[in-house]
Amino acid sequence: MSNRLAFEEELAELKVELVRMCRITEEMIDDSINALLKKDKGLAESVPPRDRKVDEFELDIERKCMRILLRRQPVADDFREVSTALKVITDIERIGDQASDIAEIVLSFGEEPYIKELVHLKKMGELSVKMVRSSVDSFIRGDEKLADEIISADDEMDALFVTVKDELIELIKKEASNADQAIAFMMIAKYLERIGDHAVNVCEWTKYFETGVHVKY
Amino acid sequence: MEKANLWYGDFHALKNIDMEIPENKITAFIGPSGCGKSTFLKCFNRMNDLVEGCRIEGRFYLGDVDIYGKTDVNELRRNVGMVFQKPNPFPMSVYDNIAYGPRTFGVHKRALLDEIVERSLRQAAMWDELKDRLTKSALGLSGGQQQRLCIARALAAQPKILLMDEPTSALDPISTGKIEDLCYELKNEVTIVIVTHNMQQATRISDKTGFFLLGELVEYGDTVEMFSDPKKEKTKNYITGRFG
Repeated sequence: MSNRLAFEEELAELKVELVRMCRITEEMIDDSINALLKKDKGLAESVPPRDRKVDEFELDIERKCMRILLRRQPVADDFREVSTALKVITDIERIGDQASDIAEIVLSFGEEPYIKELVHLKKMGELSVKMVRSSVDSFIRGDEKLADEIISADDEMDALFVTVKDELIELIKKEASNADQAIAFMMIAKYLERIGDHAVNVCEWTKYFETGVHVKY
Repeated sequence: MEKANLWYGDFHALKNIDMEIPENKITAFIGPSGCGKSTFLKCFNRMNDLVEGCRIEGRFYLGDVDIYGKTDVNELRRNVGMVFQKPNPFPMSVYDNIAYGPRTFGVHKRALLDEIVERSLRQAAMWDELKDRLTKSALGLSGGQQQRLCIARALAAQPKILLMDEPTSALDPISTGKIEDLCYELKNEVTIVIVTHNMQQATRISDKTGFFLLGELVEYGDTVEMFSDPKKEKTKNYITGRFG
């Protein structure tokens, strides 16, 4: 095997690991939101331990990227690919943290019924999973168009967040005893909105990988 | 190598070097000019024996054999091939260049020589390029081809170790890449020790690196580790370009 082929295998391996890391975080978001909707504490408890695996992936991919930078001294699109992978893992790791935080909040709820139906939080959860998956896919496939779609989808996420926030403010105004749950839901909404921002960051790096220019949206 | 010391007359060129070179890996020697890396390399096939006033102390083992003990030097050089900075094909055909070594060792049957020539050129990834030019003069090849031919010539003796003394410093980047690819592929069959002034080359292809300075082995270890976290200040200063 030539040096170049060996290098290409290393790059391919990076991408495979990145996808595996990403899939874990998607499942963590999905499960923490399902645990919230179904009041399933067992499911919520299963989320935080998975964050450790995400951290391990981050360290491993980071090590591999640094090794490639040192040994292969990549240039042009190879250089952008490794730099992108190195940046993207930070966002994915944060997504794992936030999914874990949501699960922790679910575990803090008592047995009392929810103060509202969680229609918009459910939508935010679904949208965040879609955004995270597509953002990493856009990098793996080098699909700039998909990256643009996800960047645009963040407006929907922000709108949902404002809707949830307004509803919760109203509920607190109406009845002070709603505040405990309202604040917890507000935090979950904020975590989901941040997950959307991290997915946008990943897409910005995909666009850098494709164009060589890093633009913030 | 244990406590390797070498003097050229009064000049102490290698000082107390202990080093174990792993089998089937690429080991690179780096360091500024005159630091002793090529001198050390030449100890492995006793090339320094030819230098007047050269005195060597210490133990040099190839496997269990002390190569400065009761060793047949010709046999040693058959096991330890060498490629130099400047391509040095003999002024004869491609075929005869490769067959030269085996003939010296008594191989004269045409069929066997044919087999050795083909095997060596294939090992050096040159067979397809040269199979129709075997009878042409090796001097007509490009610099990069000549250097790969020299590698093929060294491989004809089926050496256990291949010493390379700055094998790409006279070559363009494409030819350099081909030689590096070749090293990468050959290491499954041969232990390679390469002296290079090109630190990027050392990081690209070697598994282990030794940094020499003023006849001393300052640091020796895993290449990635040495270039990302050198343990000695002198190594750090050299690889970061602060001196040298």
